[in-house]
Amino acid sequence: MRFERRAHPSRALTILAPICAILLALLLAGGLIAIAGANPLKAYRLILTGAFGSRLGLSETLTRTTPLILTGLAAAVAFRARLWNIGAEGQFYLGALAVPAFCMLPLVSSLPGPILIPLCLMAGAVAGMVLLLLPLGLRLKFGVDEVVTTLLLNFVAVLFVSLMIEGPMKDPMAFGWPQSVPVPDAAILPKLMDRARLHAGLPLALAVAVAVWWVQARSVFGMRSRAVGLNPRAAAFAGVPLGRTLVAVACLSGGLAGLAGAVEVMGVKAYVTTDLSPNYGYSGIVIAMLANLNPLAVIAAALFSAVMFVGADSMSRALSIPSYIADVTVALSLLTMLVAIFLAQYRIRR
Amino acid sequence: MTRVLELEGITKRFGAVTANDDVSLHLERGEIVALLGENGAGKTTLMSILFGHYTADSGTVRVDGQELPPGRSRAAIQAGVGMVHQHFALAPNLTVLDNVLTGTEPLWKPRSDRAGGREKLVGLARRFGLKVDPDARVSDLSVGECQRVEILKALYNDARILILDEPTAVLTAQEAEGLFATLRQMTQRGLSLIFISHKLGEVMAAADRVVVLRHGRVVAERRKVHTSKEELAELMVGRAVKRPTRPPATPGELLLEGVDLHLAGKGGASLKGASFHLRAGETLGIIGVSGNGQTTLAGLVSGLYPPDVGKLLIEGHRPPRHDVPHAIAAGIGRIPEDRNAEGAIGDMTTWENVVLERIWSPDYSTRGLVRRDAARATTEAILRDYDVRGARVDGRIRLLSGGNMQKLILGRVLSADPRIVVAAQPSRGLDEGAIAGVHERLLEARSRGAGVLLISEDLEEVMALSDRIMAIVGGRLSPAIPAERATQQLLGLMMAGDWSTLDDIAAEGVHAV
Repeated sequence: MRFERRAHPSRALTILAPICAILLALLLAGGLIAIAGANPLKAYRLILTGAFGSRLGLSETLTRTTPLILTGLAAAVAFRARLWNIGAEGQFYLGALAVPAFCMLPLVSSLPGPILIPLCLMAGAVAGMVLLLLPLGLRLKFGVDEVVTTLLLNFVAVLFVSLMIEGPMKDPMAFGWPQSVPVPDAAILPKLMDRARLHAGLPLALAVAVAVWWVQARSVFGMRSRAVGLNPRAAAFAGVPLGRTLVAVACLSGGLAGLAGAVEVMGVKAYVTTDLSPNYGYSGIVIAMLANLNPLAVIAAALFSAVMFVGADSMSRALSIPSYIADVTVALSLLTMLVAIFLAQYRIRR
Repeated sequence: MTRVLELEGITKRFGAVTANDDVSLHLERGEIVALLGENGAGKTTLMSILFGHYTADSGTVRVDGQELPPGRSRAAIQAGVGMVHQHFALAPNLTVLDNVLTGTEPLWKPRSDRAGGREKLVGLARRFGLKVDPDARVSDLSVGECQRVEILKALYNDARILILDEPTAVLTAQEAEGLFATLRQMTQRGLSLIFISHKLGEVMAAADRVVVLRHGRVVAERRKVHTSKEELAELMVGRAVKRPTRPPATPGELLLEGVDLHLAGKGGASLKGASFHLRAGETLGIIGVSGNGQTTLAGLVSGLYPPDVGKLLIEGHRPPRHDVPHAIAAGIGRIPEDRNAEGAIGDMTTWENVVLERIWSPDYSTRGLVRRDAARATTEAILRDYDVRGARVDGRIRLLSGGNMQKLILGRVLSADPRIVVAAQPSRGLDEGAIAGVHERLLEARSRGAGVLLISEDLEEVMALSDRIMAIVGGRLSPAIPAERATQQLLGLMMAGDWSTLDDIAAEGVHAV
């Protein structure tokens, strides 16, 4: 059996393949649910009603989707240029920490919301950028593999956050709990629903996804970053400045991950702890791959992931199936998706 | 004579494309058969079927009268068929001996019989005159030596039928001659050979019999003694092909001048004081044995890297910055040495490949956004004017054939009407019809008044196209001689670094002009 690359992958196939992949993953996970002693159809119905069936469930699902869209985009734009940013988790935390830090500056906290909110978001994005530019500089200057450096910087970043919230940024009113000073009320993102957590970060993330898609598809920068990723030698021959293009990609990628952290802290918690992120940064990598690095598909992949996690929580309470099934399903769908993407581009020959 | 190999009625389709259409072919013991055909004629597909990489849709392969099961390389190897690929399949970090032994012993054998293997390898090397050090690491070997290892690998598996896929594509002229002497020697020891080629010269030099393949069919079969280069060329292309001839030059003003250029090698050999000048309406050919700095020179003139010492003047000026966009803006059109690795990005669309190097120009972008309609229009015009087949404006260009890829690159470069054209190995790996096309385009640019800097290892090409010829040796350029004075022998001396007689010839040339 051999694989041959298709000359022109058909459009129908590129759309159909991911859908089949998700269905296959659900089928496989259904088998596991059955082994665990529950009816898979019932379990999936419970997952769906858990995620969408109530006002609160819907709010939770969409709240969880928000940071995943942003970290998914962070990974997608970087991977397009073959910049292996595995550090979205650390960039997320620094972006989050930057918000209360920025608000601690004199005079800042007295700014009105419409000015303060954009500034805080920017502070988060800049923090994320800085954390990614560091390993990129090492790669460009000394050829250090950024997979290793970005990955390890995640631990450095989380420990730095821990240092700050135990020390100079510790909230004196928190009964000794390690958490940062709270973000001023003016910097809190407006809520979209009464008595629920859903906040204005969601429309923001959606708009950012569309903007990123547009930049990738239509701009000179998007074309150059793809060229650098696909064939750096040919890109250099065509005069694409490799270093500058990668720096721009890193700013965008790190910025998006930092923005995710800022949005989360300004929309949900209002203060930073070291358990702010249930691996949003790492999930972003999975979501980007599920989306085949397409910024618009990142929205769907992030939603899928959020549905599985929120839904599985309520499903596991009802059926005593461990909520780990969400992790398993997302992981399975990643595997089936990679196979599906491969098959959409190649044909099998015997 | 006994038939050692018979292919009968082989047909293979890839989707709508028929790569092989009812192809039959046989090979006698001790014979060298050349499989001649243009790129895409189906030569490699046919050999891949024989070797079990592909399964034919119909037809049979027989070795010594025994039918081979389709699609199993191992069966082919066991039957005594060996294949030497164009792109070597060697592990560079292992020694020659390890490379040869790999795959010859079962995995679960506790200890490999290295002593026995070495003895056999050394014996084979001696018998067939394939000199190679079994303990050398493959990464330290030259290309010619790597090829010897590939051949030894096949012989080690007791191959009696050897298939060589474009064996000379990567060799210098001398290495190729050596290879053919070796092959001849091998047939005297009972081996039978098929080699795939699209070069007429080597087919005439080495083969006993020539099978010509065109569009997947056998169109002719000739004994070497009964045919000629001209007939084969016509059979291969399907019509008479003549390379264009060069009209007399009318050199104009000075366009490009390199003054004492030094540049430490960028993955190639260094430049150590190269000087040259190029006028409008002339072609300056630069010949040399590969690895003497021509890649570095081409890269420097193309704007990829600035010289460490010396200067490059374009129409008497130094561009404000030495980079690609400034080189292009100053009127330099660049045809890269490696069209797939440097000239094109396979997974981007045709139009993106066309405009990427000019994307900074207001023609193709405004305020950071790509002007897609303008880019598509330009691309459509190039596909039409330069007769690029098999490309779609919005399709990826990965699957373009070499000839069409080069047409696209020529179109990208020449449609912008550059004052200076830097062509590095412009016809490398192309077939006869495509080469004639490339030459025509380069001569056209010259008669339009462009200066053409032709960097090539193909002497025939340089002699046909150039008005003046220089040799590059060890990063330095010889004095230029007028093309009328160039003979294979003199060029050979120049490439070997013997320039003692050149100054007189060069001076004569100046008087003549």
